[in-house]
Amino acid sequence: MTDVPWLLLMIAVPAVGAAVVAGLPAAREALARPLALAVSLLVLLLAVLATVAFDTGGDRFQLTTAVAWIPDFGVDFALGVDGIALSMLLLIGVLVPVVVGASWHETPPPRPGRGPRSMRAFWAWLLLLESLMVGVFAATDVFLFYVFFEAMLVPMYFLIGSFGGENRQYAAVKFFLYSLLGGLVMLASVIGLYVVSNSQLGEGTFAFDALRQLEIDPGVQKLLFLGFFVAFAIKAPLVPFHTWLPDAGTQAPIGASVLLVGVLDKVGTFGFLRYCLPLFPDAARDLAPWVLVLAVVGVLYAALVAIGQDDMKRLVSYTSIAHFGFIALGIFAFTTEAATGAVLYMVNHGIATGLLFVVVGMVIARSGSRRISDHGGLAARAPLLAGVFLLAGLASLALPGTNSFVSEFLVLIGSFPERPVHTVLATLGIVLAALYVLLMYQRVMHGPARGVLAEPDAEPDAGAAPEPADPPHGGGGATAVLAAPAPARTRRVPDLSRREVAVVSPLVALILLLGVYPQPLIDLVTPAVEATISDVGADPGGNTPQVGVTPIEEDD
Amino acid sequence: MPASVPVDGLLSVAWLVIALPLAGAALLLLGGRRTDRWGHLLATGTVVAAFVLAVASTLQLSGRPGHAASIDLFTFIRTGGLDVSAGLLIDPLSAVFMLLITGVGALIHVYSIGYMAHDSGRRRFFAYLNLFVAAMLLLVLGNSYVALYVGWEGVGLASYLLIAFWYTRPAAATAAKKAFLMNRIGDVGLALAIFLMFAQLGTTSYAGVFGEVGLLAGGTVTAIGLLLLLGACGKSGQFPLQAWLPDAMEGPTPVSALIHAATMVTAGVYLIARSAPVYDETPTARTVVLAVGAVTLLIGAIVGCAYDDIKKVLAYSTVSQIGYMFLAVGLGPVGYAAGIAHLLTHGFFKAGLFLGAGSVMHAMDDQVDMRRFGGLAKRLPVTFVTFGLGYLALIGFPFLSGYWTKDAIIEAALDRGGWSGWVLGGVAVLGAGLTAFYMTRLMLMTFFGKARWTPGVHPHESPPSMTAPMVVLAVGSVAAGFLLVQVFPLAEWLEPVFGEPAEAAHVVAPAVVGIVVTAVMTVGVLAAWLFVGRREVPTTAPVRVSPVVTAARRALYADTVNEALVMRPGIWLTRALVWLDNRGVDGVVNGAAAALGGSSSRLGRAQTGFVRSYALGMLGGAVLVAGALVAVTTA
Amino acid sequence: MTITNYLVLAAILFTIGAVGVLVRRNAIVVFMCIELMLNSVNLTLITFARASGTVEGQVIALFVMVVAAAEVVVGLAIIMAIYRTRRSASVDDVNLLKY
Repeated sequence: MTDVPWLLLMIAVPAVGAAVVAGLPAAREALARPLALAVSLLVLLLAVLATVAFDTGGDRFQLTTAVAWIPDFGVDFALGVDGIALSMLLLIGVLVPVVVGASWHETPPPRPGRGPRSMRAFWAWLLLLESLMVGVFAATDVFLFYVFFEAMLVPMYFLIGSFGGENRQYAAVKFFLYSLLGGLVMLASVIGLYVVSNSQLGEGTFAFDALRQLEIDPGVQKLLFLGFFVAFAIKAPLVPFHTWLPDAGTQAPIGASVLLVGVLDKVGTFGFLRYCLPLFPDAARDLAPWVLVLAVVGVLYAALVAIGQDDMKRLVSYTSIAHFGFIALGIFAFTTEAATGAVLYMVNHGIATGLLFVVVGMVIARSGSRRISDHGGLAARAPLLAGVFLLAGLASLALPGTNSFVSEFLVLIGSFPERPVHTVLATLGIVLAALYVLLMYQRVMHGPARGVLAEPDAEPDAGAAPEPADPPHGGGGATAVLAAPAPARTRRVPDLSRREVAVVSPLVALILLLGVYPQPLIDLVTPAVEATISDVGADPGGNTPQVGVTPIEEDD
Repeated sequence: MPASVPVDGLLSVAWLVIALPLAGAALLLLGGRRTDRWGHLLATGTVVAAFVLAVASTLQLSGRPGHAASIDLFTFIRTGGLDVSAGLLIDPLSAVFMLLITGVGALIHVYSIGYMAHDSGRRRFFAYLNLFVAAMLLLVLGNSYVALYVGWEGVGLASYLLIAFWYTRPAAATAAKKAFLMNRIGDVGLALAIFLMFAQLGTTSYAGVFGEVGLLAGGTVTAIGLLLLLGACGKSGQFPLQAWLPDAMEGPTPVSALIHAATMVTAGVYLIARSAPVYDETPTARTVVLAVGAVTLLIGAIVGCAYDDIKKVLAYSTVSQIGYMFLAVGLGPVGYAAGIAHLLTHGFFKAGLFLGAGSVMHAMDDQVDMRRFGGLAKRLPVTFVTFGLGYLALIGFPFLSGYWTKDAIIEAALDRGGWSGWVLGGVAVLGAGLTAFYMTRLMLMTFFGKARWTPGVHPHESPPSMTAPMVVLAVGSVAAGFLLVQVFPLAEWLEPVFGEPAEAAHVVAPAVVGIVVTAVMTVGVLAAWLFVGRREVPTTAPVRVSPVVTAARRALYADTVNEALVMRPGIWLTRALVWLDNRGVDGVVNGAAAALGGSSSRLGRAQTGFVRSYALGMLGGAVLVAGALVAVTTA
Repeated sequence: MTITNYLVLAAILFTIGAVGVLVRRNAIVVFMCIELMLNSVNLTLITFARASGTVEGQVIALFVMVVAAAEVVVGLAIIMAIYRTRRSASVDDVNLLKY
């Protein structure tokens, strides 16, 4: 089974699917949706099969495929995955079908003067995006990585710019320009690497494994590192390169938001691990203190800004920025535990924040408003929705039992021995996380019906679900202290439909499963993490203090 | 830890104690309305089964050498130098807690069947209650600090869900959020303590940490001790994180009884007792524990004297009683057993008192203002008797539960010797007097005197499903102290955990302490009778009162301080940062974009559309180039 | 006879052409002025070719004439098209293509 070019298939299948969907005649447009679902499920199957074929104890890069692409410049179409990349491919495989399901009833925004755009384009762009996302994680040739990195922008640009909210053009252009700027700086570094390899190896190459062997002068390393770093820090995004994300995350259609925050942004943190650390170990060590400052500032700053938001999608975007701060902390602490935590964080954040975005999208679909202050008392009408919302929120605040706890705990406990001050400050972030999650949950779900939900229902037949039971009341007898009685006829809010249950349940299951039994995932990524950590010159064995032998720091 | 003896019999399935309630919660939450009719019975059944299993395991435990069993279930997290396994540790200490949680938990489940009978959210309530029991059991049964932390936050979640059970009330929703947040502040301390242990010792399991903690530098151990204490303060409502506990009374009363009186809030005491080997190494941290306990003990008792809300008085009483327990465990080896004993008896009588309060509220249409009670003794005879026994146990009436365990703590405090012993002992005795005062006041206002009921209220005794647990708990309130101190001494049972307590030289003879405490208690009771019992109780609180009473009514300004120091600056900071992000960081970006756009449109004005001006430009350019060439070649 | 005379003549022709392009509005006249400039350049090329005894300059001059012829065809067509739509051959009236 190892002979099958799994990675190539995972790139080709959605790309072909995208072409087919785009080429559907207008009369067959209804086929686009099921076709997209089928293709994305097929990719999930391929990802699972690739994982089965992957040998955890084997070589660093497996399932490799390499074809000479531009031989004159030593560019190969080289694919291969380590545990880290494979876990990201699995994440893509899981998230895209969920996104397809969540976007099932997506409608294109109205265009003044012309009819709305065809949804075929949406599904085609989505599949193309999946293909490119697989490519960016599977590339083992730096130039190929760069090509995928930049190409990814195109489908996302159109998903935001054509199918987003009221301010979509602004958000799309901002997203594009930011990413492009970072990409171009990275291109300079990629070319710089080629030049260095040309002078050291006699022939230029972009192959990751060859580049890893280079001995680069520390000054040059720093420059090249910065080129990559800026691109990834914009992508990830670290404060202060973050302001595109709240706009893009807010304006993008829900499905695109999920993929944007869940997968696309992980390319940044993936890049730190795959390229910044192994290729430029000296520079990484020298500059790590600065990166860690950015990371910790990001954790606290973004969380505080999130608390002050009234737009749910914007709030979730800011929480993601805070989470990326944790991931960066884990990566640049240079310990196996923390870096493993960071990789797990990348996967878990995709699942947890993906679910949060999906659920927020479901709330918005019911109320028609993104503003928190337009909501209130939703839990009494849609208890299932409220439950999933709460679970997603709890996963976001890293409650034990949810997957995010494992990763956040690993990041913090792994960083602490090396960077106690940074870790202590970042740990304060968990209080802020509780605050922004619970504030949003309380305002949207608890209390009396408020805002849009308290308005009289215009169409009595809007929802098929029956009205939930009366709001709960006091123990035993009648309640004296019920808050303002709901208006006689308030808007009907259907609870989760079957489709919505099907969309959220895989993510809910993963959140709980990876929260209780994360070891298989840890085993998958640990070898690659250890290789990365030893590349950067740290001991991959992790923290093994010898009590009574080594001097112990006073820390009180 | 004597973990070498293979685990067999019931102990090998001890994980079922946790799994049963957890499965119940999952079934009820996932099952939806289908489980509405029998869900509460299932939930109660799982907890009763867990209790039976707990009893059986404890019996089997006493037959094992070392009285301990460590059970590894599966690898939770293993990477680098970190190896956390999900495992259980059943030793005398955790067995005691396991019995308390499942026992009181089962009683309160039974009580809730009656209490929540007419609530449309009953299934959800029982699911949350089951979730709580499971998390709490994990907290006490885990064999590492990580397992404890998982349970620790799990009970925080269950507490959040249950306080916010009637979430349409904004006060309940806010109280739940406040509880979770203040707990999280404590959790940061606990988390940092775990990080520090891992950094210094490379392990987080009890066995590993306790085995090597003695090798650490004193400062590090003190830091660990203080961080653990922060966690304990958050969970147990101790100073300075006590403000959430009274607000938590927004939840249904069985919740207040189970979570916010008998079990969860005592988790802090468990944490400190469990970490005894750490605290044994650090007198500094122990002193801080003592100070926290003493301060909280007084705060709780003083504030309890001023409130009119029956549940809040009981809540402050809980705060105060947990202060006693902190005081006890802060004393070190001489106090651990006393603290745990008081925790157990407190679990009985405080749970009983809360259930009694719930019964009163049930009778009075959810009224909680004691100024609206009065004369209920005749209408609610069972409640009165059970509540009265709990009351006597709490104030330390001779030979009831509280008498034995509270006296033990006061004795231990005095035995510390020196001025600190006298101060701590004095505070504890003073607290006993205040306890007698506020509890007598509560009794008088609720059960005696004239009826001051809201018109239209017809008090009636609660159904048997509610009174039966109250009776059981009342029996416990009467007998538990005697049993735990005299018949089956808890101190001996706990010896494998805490070691053999050294026989301390008594500074004051125990008999004298008993007499003094009883005397102070009597003074408190009499004072309450003088101030409250003799006269008519007004149905609205008097406005013109001394500054002391005002301060007590405002909970000694805890919320005011929190607001002034944390909340308002926090809101201000958040607003400032949002502004900074939109105008500052994003402003720079948008400003750069605007500057580029502006300059390009200004430059664009040069494109006039007139061909001849372009031609002039070309000519000028050509002349410039030619001129430059000439200048270069001739130079 | 030195080449100076030829070059001066070419310079005068070029100047006349350039000034004509800049000051005249009529598109046909502008067009002819451009032709004048091209021819002045041709004259210069041939002068130098003659002076140096090579043929390259003459070859280039022939190329310029061919290109000029093509340009005249396209340019006159454009002018005709503009005249049809705007009823004017003034280059200042055709200024829509701007910022």
